Amino acid sequence: MTEANPPARAVPDATGAAVRAALGVGIAVSAYGVSFGALAVASGLDIWQTCVLSLLMFSGGSQFALVGVLASGGVAAGPAAIASATLLGIRNGLYSMRMSPVVGGPWWRRLLAAHWTIDESTAVASAQPTLRGQRVGFWVTGAVIYLGWNLTTLLGALLGDLVGDVRMYGLDAAAAAAFLGLLWPRLTSRQPVAVAIAAAVVAAVLVPWLPPGLPVLAAAVVAVVVGVTNVLGRRAR
Amino acid sequence: MTVWHIILIASIAVLALKLVGYLVPPSLLERPTPARVANLLTVALLAALTATQTLEAGGGVVLDARVPAVVLAAALYALRVPFIVVVAAAAALAALVRFLGWLA
Repeated sequence: MTEANPPARAVPDATGAAVRAALGVGIAVSAYGVSFGALAVASGLDIWQTCVLSLLMFSGGSQFALVGVLASGGVAAGPAAIASATLLGIRNGLYSMRMSPVVGGPWWRRLLAAHWTIDESTAVASAQPTLRGQRVGFWVTGAVIYLGWNLTTLLGALLGDLVGDVRMYGLDAAAAAAFLGLLWPRLTSRQPVAVAIAAAVVAAVLVPWLPPGLPVLAAAVVAVVVGVTNVLGRRAR
Repeated sequence: MTVWHIILIASIAVLALKLVGYLVPPSLLERPTPARVANLLTVALLAALTATQTLEAGGGVVLDARVPAVVLAAALYALRVPFIVVVAAAAALAALVRFLGWLA
């Protein structure tokens, strides 16, 4: 907004940096909603169901997981779909713990904050040097993504509704690419890479033997075993 | 169980997990093991979902147009191409391969 940043005013500048980071991340991430909306409708959800998921669940990974499992197993895979979405939501609980001192304030503010505690709001807040910047970064990112994600979900759902045959447009491959995109930034060291490869192999091997959705849950065991024993962890490097 | 039940139960569970984090004492975060398990759980589930979404069809493993699409996606992510562009490119490649009739 302003061309010049007066160096003497440190606090407004930190807030400005937080707002800029929040808008940049928020607008970029909101665009993913189009792919979610289109895939959800392609998985058999109607437009209302798709939009309620984005409004109520508001966690990209869990939403993609839910519709992904439903796409392969239908309503019969419901319990596995719920379990996959829930397990992927556990990390949000960790983010909440990290954001609790940042958010502060009365209970209703924490309630709203909880709903907006996702990868991006936590990441933007954590990157700010001052508490005020962290607070601004968290709320602006949360607000921008909540608005953007829900609008683009509706747009994607309407587009997906127009598109007929999913496979003809490669939307099934788009879902796989979307999961890979959510995974990619987490492959930062040897341990997560090893877990990712092992989990992918376990899930693929179990596909012919278990009902849809369960191979994904079985692969979660890999994370628990490696996480508890800390194989290939920091100390081993 | 209907689709609406599945959506509401899963949404409430995911929202509840977010709320729990604001209620538990922050000292739990100091312990490395729960934090590590939660982070690796995310990695394992996303990797497993990538694998099943790429290979699963009709209850079995099938190698089709999704495989080259995901290989392309991995290459583009490695080149730091934005998410939405990669997803569109993967869909386009799968559609093209099917249109040409190379892989079912």
